[in-house]
Amino acid sequence: MRAILKTKAAVVGALMASTTMASAGDVEVLHWWTSGGEAAALNVLKQDLEGQGIGWTDMPVAGGGGEQAMTVLRARVTAGNAPTAVQGLGFDILDWGNQGALADLNEVAAKEGWDEVVPDALKAFAKVDGKWVSAPVNVHSTNWVWANKAVLDANGIGVPTNWEEFTAALDTLKAAGITPIAHGGQAWQEATVFDAIAMSVLGPDGYKAAFIDLDEGTLGSDAMKEAFDRMAVIRANVDDNFSGRDWNLATAMVINGEAGFQMMGDWAKGEFLNAGKVPGEDFLCFRFPGTTEQVTFNADQFMMFDQGGSVSTEQAALASAILSPSFQSAFNVVKGSVPARTDVSDADFDACGKQGMKDLAAAAASGNLFGSMAHGHAAPASVKNAIYDVVTAHFNGEYDSQTAVEELVDAVSIAK
Amino acid sequence: MAHSADADFKTRLQAWIPKLVLSPSVAMMLVFVYGFILFSVYLSFTDSRLLPSYGWVGFENYSKLWRLSHWEISLKNMGIFAALYISICTAIGLGLAIFLDQKIRGEGLLRPIYLYPMALSFIVTGTAWKWFLDPGIGLENVMHTWGWESFRFNWIKDRDFAIYTVVIAAVWQTSGFVMAMFLAGLRGIDNEILKAAQMDGASNWNLYRRIIIPQLRPAFLSAFVILSHLAIKTFDLVIALTGGGPGRATELPATFMYSYTFSRNQMGIGAASATIMLMTIAAIMIPYLYSELREKR
Amino acid sequence: MSVASQDTAIRTGRVTRKLIYLVLVLFALFYMLPLYVMLVNSVKPLSEITGGGMMNLPQAFTLEPWAKAWSSAQIGVEPTGLAPYFWNSIKMVVPAVAVSTVLGALNGYVLTKWRFKYDTILFGLMLFACFIPFQIVLIPMARMLGLMGLAGTTWGLALVHVVYGIGFTTLYFRNYYAVFPTELIRAAQIDGAGFFQIFWRILLPSSGPIAVVSVIWQFTNIWNDFLFGASFAGADSQPMTVALNNLVQASHGVKEYNVHFAGAILAAMPTLLVYIVAGRYFVRGLMAGSVKG
Repeated sequence: MRAILKTKAAVVGALMASTTMASAGDVEVLHWWTSGGEAAALNVLKQDLEGQGIGWTDMPVAGGGGEQAMTVLRARVTAGNAPTAVQGLGFDILDWGNQGALADLNEVAAKEGWDEVVPDALKAFAKVDGKWVSAPVNVHSTNWVWANKAVLDANGIGVPTNWEEFTAALDTLKAAGITPIAHGGQAWQEATVFDAIAMSVLGPDGYKAAFIDLDEGTLGSDAMKEAFDRMAVIRANVDDNFSGRDWNLATAMVINGEAGFQMMGDWAKGEFLNAGKVPGEDFLCFRFPGTTEQVTFNADQFMMFDQGGSVSTEQAALASAILSPSFQSAFNVVKGSVPARTDVSDADFDACGKQGMKDLAAAAASGNLFGSMAHGHAAPASVKNAIYDVVTAHFNGEYDSQTAVEELVDAVSIAK
Repeated sequence: MAHSADADFKTRLQAWIPKLVLSPSVAMMLVFVYGFILFSVYLSFTDSRLLPSYGWVGFENYSKLWRLSHWEISLKNMGIFAALYISICTAIGLGLAIFLDQKIRGEGLLRPIYLYPMALSFIVTGTAWKWFLDPGIGLENVMHTWGWESFRFNWIKDRDFAIYTVVIAAVWQTSGFVMAMFLAGLRGIDNEILKAAQMDGASNWNLYRRIIIPQLRPAFLSAFVILSHLAIKTFDLVIALTGGGPGRATELPATFMYSYTFSRNQMGIGAASATIMLMTIAAIMIPYLYSELREKR
Repeated sequence: MSVASQDTAIRTGRVTRKLIYLVLVLFALFYMLPLYVMLVNSVKPLSEITGGGMMNLPQAFTLEPWAKAWSSAQIGVEPTGLAPYFWNSIKMVVPAVAVSTVLGALNGYVLTKWRFKYDTILFGLMLFACFIPFQIVLIPMARMLGLMGLAGTTWGLALVHVVYGIGFTTLYFRNYYAVFPTELIRAAQIDGAGFFQIFWRILLPSSGPIAVVSVIWQFTNIWNDFLFGASFAGADSQPMTVALNNLVQASHGVKEYNVHFAGAILAAMPTLLVYIVAGRYFVRGLMAGSVKG
């Protein structure tokens, strides 16, 4: 019976595919991947579905790392007109799941054995009340440092393994007249740096207590003040022109040798590769000093919205296409991230990618895989943004470290 | 008899037509404006976060709102921004209108140049403005390449000055429009009075001060209404230019409200800030509307 | 009603005039600046832009960015350029502008020539409605559109723009008609002319200038709107501003500034044209209407 239904749906889908209108045989996908490389990667998925006779109605809304798309989503759901699938991150997925707006994908998940191949830390953001509601695409890890190898070699700097070596390297670069750190002054970028520093100062347990459990004692601790003090060191090592700069322009500074280091997630790799640079030869990637064992991550997923009760055939096909090893590999090779499945072959990935996959597997096994605060995988949006406020105010000189710690405790308690 | 009843019906219909014609607009306004305002005020007393929800929490959102330094900053910025924006736009608008009213050759060319910024949204001009204000590639850099090495213009990167760059871009967009309003006012002034005053030996300065500018009162008031409404709604500009930064030095109430309602999933606090904004607008506009509309009677 | 003319009684000396010209030209340069930056950089190859010199004229002139922005830039999954979105915008703007202008004219007519009790209060309410920040209506509006079955359609989007434009158009027409001699209306009434006949035959023929103001205002606001367009349009009705935003805001990869600038100018072209073509009537319309409010 099932097979008959499925073929029937496929035939209908094939008929529908010839029309451009969104209809029962199509999936409508709301996303913010509009730049060339990302869109090309997504096109792989689109073609996969079209091969199965399922049309793709594209609903791109870029801006603010998905913020704009989330506003649109709110309007669409309120209007009773939710898209089939929506790109989503961390707590946004859980929030929608808790609203009961998402479809139950357990049937597909069970059939394809998602539970066995997706790491637990990631499952925490893809399942609500034991139900799969969303299909993970990738895992980005955020505690990377990117460095220009030629600049480092010229100044006799090796890969720093702890904070002292790192600050020594910064001093050397500064003395040589090179901007030590390329940084873009946007709240989320500052939070990305703070994430890594907090992990190295507080350690994994402290990181979890502060940003995941939101423990007031840890948030207001001396160690947290030390983390802010280190942020001030970073601030002293960026150029005057950092404010408002996009992250990829900061990456360009490292590529061009104007700056030594950048702290940024693995998506920065794409910029190096686009510029024709070779990992290990022209540029280096290493974990932020003091966080070698840990991986802070964020993961792009596609939330599947409830289309009136059951999961539609198209929705199931989309979810299963996203989780297929071939798409996971193809997409992530382009995007710079690593697959959400741990059983995908690393054959097509470059050195940094292979390293990332190994690190992810190791961290997942040893309990060192944590959701990134800066990227909405540690605490809900309200708390995340409250932390942003304090971090960015401190970084821009509005607060000293002591005030920042006090404000942090206060801001988190208001937002909770 | 039947004839007169018919006529009677017709007159009564005539009496009702104006109200019938007005009613769709009034109905839309009541639902989509005042209904939604009431809804938003109601939300400000609820525990709404991601989507509207209806658990009553009293004044909790308001007390949280006033504890947020973020809100304080955006109010302070609004004060600075609105005061500067409205006064500079009015001054430039009036000045340009007076100058353009001196039988200027090429007025037909200059006027659209002054007006066109109003036609563009900041999604369109945002990048150009960002470049221009950026010390690395914009004005500062250009001055350096032209040989003026000591020139400094890095306001957009400076926490204490960034709000002024927002003022510059906003003035750029609307001052030409204000100019058009004043120009229209100037062109409506009766020349006979001016000629009579000239006979009495009044200087140009005195003509403007004593006769012309006082006659522009309606233009001043319209300009004030339009500018204050644009100031309060300023949103795209900040997003395009600074994204609220450096830090949060250029946050305004509109960006605050948007961010709490949509990015931070704290719809209750967002609604509370919207309510306060609306109350402020009402406090400014209602006395103005009252005085303006009463005069007409 | 006087005509907009350059005939002022003020006399100025030669030096003063030179200074005035200087100031006027300097301001013209200031206003032109962003457009100049956009234009110049939209016809340079990318390498020239990244090499610096924002104000420099192009060394190697190229129209390729314009072609790319229009027909092959990456907006979503497929590289469609801005072209399809241009038509979406037109389909939304034309009815919205027409309906809101007609309603504004009728409202202005009623509020000035067919006065009734409390009409001023109604007008006051309409005027105050202009001040509502659009961000707060987003969620309730979405619900209403959903209930009306208009979510994700061009009609729904046009309706939203009509609703929030009526306040302005009513204001313009009301102030314009307020100074229109009421005696003419009364005379026509005595001759037996009805409500619509009077509007059609007497008021409408002389409404040209204010209609231009209303159309310019509405056209610009609606064309430039992003928030409503992004939230209430469907996949096949997304307007130009949303597409431009997708083009410009793409966060990964090389930023093709020349294509971005070309796209921005393309997106602005209709409103620019409206201002340039109809701009001369604009001052005239303002003069006859709103300023005397």
